[in-house]
Amino acid sequence: MIEAPDLSLAALAPLLFVFGAACIGVLVEAFWPRESRHPVQVTVALVGTLGALVTTLLLTVDFEREITAAGALAVDGPALFLQATIAGLGALSLLLFAERALDPARSAFVVSAAVPAGSPRDRELLTVQRVQTEVYPLATFAIGGMMLFVAANDLLIMFVALEVLSLPLYLISGLARRRRLLSQEAAVKYFLLGAFASAFFLYGLALVYGATGSVRLGDIRSASLAGGTDVLLVLGLALLVVGLLFKASVAPFHTWTPDVYQGAPTPVTAFMAACTKVAAFGAILRLLYVAFGTAEWTWRPLVYAVAIVSMVVGAVLGLTQTDLKRMLAYSSIAHAGFLLTGVIGLGAAGDGSGLAATMFYLLTYGLTTLGAFAVLTLVRDGDGEATHLSQWAGLASRSPLVAAVMTLFLLALAGIPLTAGFTGKFAVFRAAIEEGAWPLALVALLASAVAAFFYLRVIVLMYFSPPAGAERGQGPTVGVPGMPTTIVLAITATATLALGIVPGSVLDLAERAAIFVG
Amino acid sequence: MTLTYYLVLAAILFTIGAVGVLVRRNAIVVFMCVELMLNSVNLTLVTFARATGTIDGQIMAFFVMVVAAAEVVVGLAIIMSIYRTRRSASVDDANLLKY
Repeated sequence: MIEAPDLSLAALAPLLFVFGAACIGVLVEAFWPRESRHPVQVTVALVGTLGALVTTLLLTVDFEREITAAGALAVDGPALFLQATIAGLGALSLLLFAERALDPARSAFVVSAAVPAGSPRDRELLTVQRVQTEVYPLATFAIGGMMLFVAANDLLIMFVALEVLSLPLYLISGLARRRRLLSQEAAVKYFLLGAFASAFFLYGLALVYGATGSVRLGDIRSASLAGGTDVLLVLGLALLVVGLLFKASVAPFHTWTPDVYQGAPTPVTAFMAACTKVAAFGAILRLLYVAFGTAEWTWRPLVYAVAIVSMVVGAVLGLTQTDLKRMLAYSSIAHAGFLLTGVIGLGAAGDGSGLAATMFYLLTYGLTTLGAFAVLTLVRDGDGEATHLSQWAGLASRSPLVAAVMTLFLLALAGIPLTAGFTGKFAVFRAAIEEGAWPLALVALLASAVAAFFYLRVIVLMYFSPPAGAERGQGPTVGVPGMPTTIVLAITATATLALGIVPGSVLDLAERAAIFVG
Repeated sequence: MTLTYYLVLAAILFTIGAVGVLVRRNAIVVFMCVELMLNSVNLTLVTFARATGTIDGQIMAFFVMVVAAAEVVVGLAIIMSIYRTRRSASVDDANLLKY
């Protein structure tokens, strides 16, 4: 007689929504006529993610922390907060995917990925107004994987979720319609390095299993309390953290980030920058706090060191970039370092305010970076997006509104007061200082100052330089966005301002959510 | 006691795989090295299942196999697409994105 595992369907509803939508998307791809497939796919994907967002919010009403699915899933405050964040940001990214007004060929994605780039057939397809719809189910699967990732209470589920979120991302980063060689190269690099990193995660899992006889986070915690920490356990922890830091693009495991961010289609880059970061940090927080919270001394020096390396590498190399997508990639590496200062703020036994601060920072960073990449899709030249810095010179005189919105996002990324970025940075730095990590906070402040330089350089370039190519009449054009991108820009810009001016209620929410179960 | 041999073998295989990823040029070979790493993990898992007297490790090995198979599908598709364009699967030739 096999006992059925306990399943709380209500608690699983957000995940079921997203994975259900993804499966329906696959069926639509197989059976729906091609001409009318695009609106159907967009609707299915949006219903799935927004449905997940709504069900997560409903779950928070008379909310009870629980461990369900035979102990594999934890439904607690951080899980729900991060799941809602991922679902919301995922829905916004899907809207960017669905934009059809900007590219003359009406989509950012290649019609047929199997056709070799540059072949006669490929050139023929470049101008065909057919759209690729496979990206929607793929992205929905990735969103589902991320939502599972932050709720996994079991290293095995965490590994499976890691792969469910990664595999679709490898594919969609290779699907750009223009500059296909760069896009394919990005996909290969991301795939090989990603598979390498997940092998490390997996070996860590095996060693932890060997040391404790279980992969449940709660069991690992009690085993490390009872038996002390032997070499196997510490080694396993180190390998697990390496695998996760890779996904979070923390230096020195960041080498894929600039290449993939630059090569992937910009909507996909926005998706990766916003959602993957949230998911990876959600898993890092859960692993370090639930499984290894009592053995804080084992991971604290490691996290401390990579936080510093990440902030310095991101800020310094960001200075030398001439491509905006690459610059934002280095900015994301620096931000990963700032987020790790929040992880340090977890403190011994998690009594610090680091958890709430990190979750809030993830939300603000996700919204801001999504908005910044959305602006990048607007400025175009004959061959897709114009991402070279020189092409942005004097943009304000041509399109004041776009320049103003970009300025807002860049100021938020730099952490200037009255934007969301400032509130987030303030929260994580305070959490780190409360835990006595003031040297780290000092480095973080210096790195912010250095990073502010390259954000402000773009602003100066947009407002105070003569327009690019004006004398030859061949500067980049600023596209008029369709409905989807307009909605994304409106929401992200409003949220960036609102979370900077009146962050109180969301900070409160993050603080109330900041209790792990398990 | 003899279980140690299996663990050491798995560690050696994992190391060979990791070194292979770092030094080999052909994307397919790099990918095979990743698969070697995953399989050495399987060996470790099964050995630990025996050592700790729990069955979880064996079940996890099956999960790893399924995930590895899915990874092969995605990986070979990506490598194929870039090979068709460039007529080369060398990771050194993919050098448009840098600095």
